[in-house]
Amino acid sequence: MVNETIKAEVKNLNFYYGDMHALTNINLSVAEKKVTALIGPSGCGKTTYLRCFNRMHDLYPHNKYTGEIMLHPDNINIISPNVDPIEVRMRISMVFQKPNPFPKSIFENVAYGLRVRGTSNRSLLSETVEKSLRGAALWDEVRDRLDKPAFDLSGGQQQRLCIARALATEPEILLFDEPTSALDPIATSKIEDLISELKKEVTILIVTHNMQQAARIADYTAFMYLGELIEFGDTDTIFVNPHNKLTEEYITGRFG
Amino acid sequence: MAIFDDELKELREMVLKLGCMVENAIRDSVKALVDRESELAKEVIKRDHVINALDVKIDEECVRLIALRQPKARDLRLITTTMKITTDLERMGDMAVNIAERAIELNEEPQLKPFVNIPKMAEIAQVMVRDALDAFITGCSRLPYEVIKRDDEVDDLTVRNFEELLSLMLQDPKIIPLAIKRTYIAKYLERIADHATNIAEMIIYMCKGKMIRHTEISEEI
Repeated sequence: MVNETIKAEVKNLNFYYGDMHALTNINLSVAEKKVTALIGPSGCGKTTYLRCFNRMHDLYPHNKYTGEIMLHPDNINIISPNVDPIEVRMRISMVFQKPNPFPKSIFENVAYGLRVRGTSNRSLLSETVEKSLRGAALWDEVRDRLDKPAFDLSGGQQQRLCIARALATEPEILLFDEPTSALDPIATSKIEDLISELKKEVTILIVTHNMQQAARIADYTAFMYLGELIEFGDTDTIFVNPHNKLTEEYITGRFG
Repeated sequence: MAIFDDELKELREMVLKLGCMVENAIRDSVKALVDRESELAKEVIKRDHVINALDVKIDEECVRLIALRQPKARDLRLITTTMKITTDLERMGDMAVNIAERAIELNEEPQLKPFVNIPKMAEIAQVMVRDALDAFITGCSRLPYEVIKRDDEVDDLTVRNFEELLSLMLQDPKIIPLAIKRTYIAKYLERIADHATNIAEMIIYMCKGKMIRHTEISEEI
């Protein structure tokens, strides 16, 4: 993390689902315009951690955060109750495991975030939709059928549409929760290329169960286990010479 | 994972087998020279293709494991180390063949003087190979560092051997062809020790994930 600009600084983050202590004292900085991968066995807290970044947990009662996620450069704690979760989600977008387009046209899917914000200017919407679809490497495939239902697209295209939808609000951080686990290798490869392209503009946090994917696309990798951050480092070190025995056992497939 | 662990175990066993064959080739080539046993030298030359074949087989197995298992961390370091050290072992086998060839030539001529430095060098080189391979199996220890340190002893003996032969050559130029062959043999042994040093350095990488080749390791030792 030497010579990196820090986009988000997580300090002593704890998270509780009611009585269940799901994340314990996480301290982890996220480098700006880099890809940080979160790996670890199912139930280790990766997705819980990711969801803290856009306040997804606020949707359910009894969930509780302590600690801080400081978003830079403005230095605001995005998990503070004083910060509006809707505003956080405009700045930090999320793409999920399975493509989840809205039952609307391709155009309206991408325009949705802006419409929620109150934008109705047709030319501004069109401009943003095109820019976002280009950013998600989908424009050439859909430019002549923007009014068609999003569900007409293939799985890989739907996922790129979701990425375009996430890009439309010009987020500073993009969260990916296993974005390719429902896709075939060709669609996966397109999304991976896209992530490498997107990091020129956006900071990316990705949860993945695919070790090779983390190795291919991430600049930094964090290994989590039982709600704790076990090891964090540059991806080369984690995959060639991890320092922690648990990390080594997990990535070499000898865990448990 | 159990299958992969078995495959890695077999890989290690193949490397050990290659190491034993190379060690025997070094020992026999020098014995053929010192005891003037040309038949034994021919045997070393004949056996070299087995070493070459095993080297190729190990490389193929490494490539297969990389392709099918996508090894990471210590598995990755084991497999990459294996690919490199088998090349060194195979080269040592070639050096033993060179020694055997010179032995056959020298055995046809009257002996210049009894061998003193060369058997010593051969013994150290063999111990270096054996210790390097022990470290390959037993993992992190002082052993690979000891191997690297012993390389200096072989280098010193190479110089001493050359100086002794040089003074003989100056006294009697007729012996130059025989003496040069003896310096070749010392050079081959010196190269064998260098290859053993390479192996030890790779084993330190395998254990610690740190490349120490072409660096000063004095602070480590």
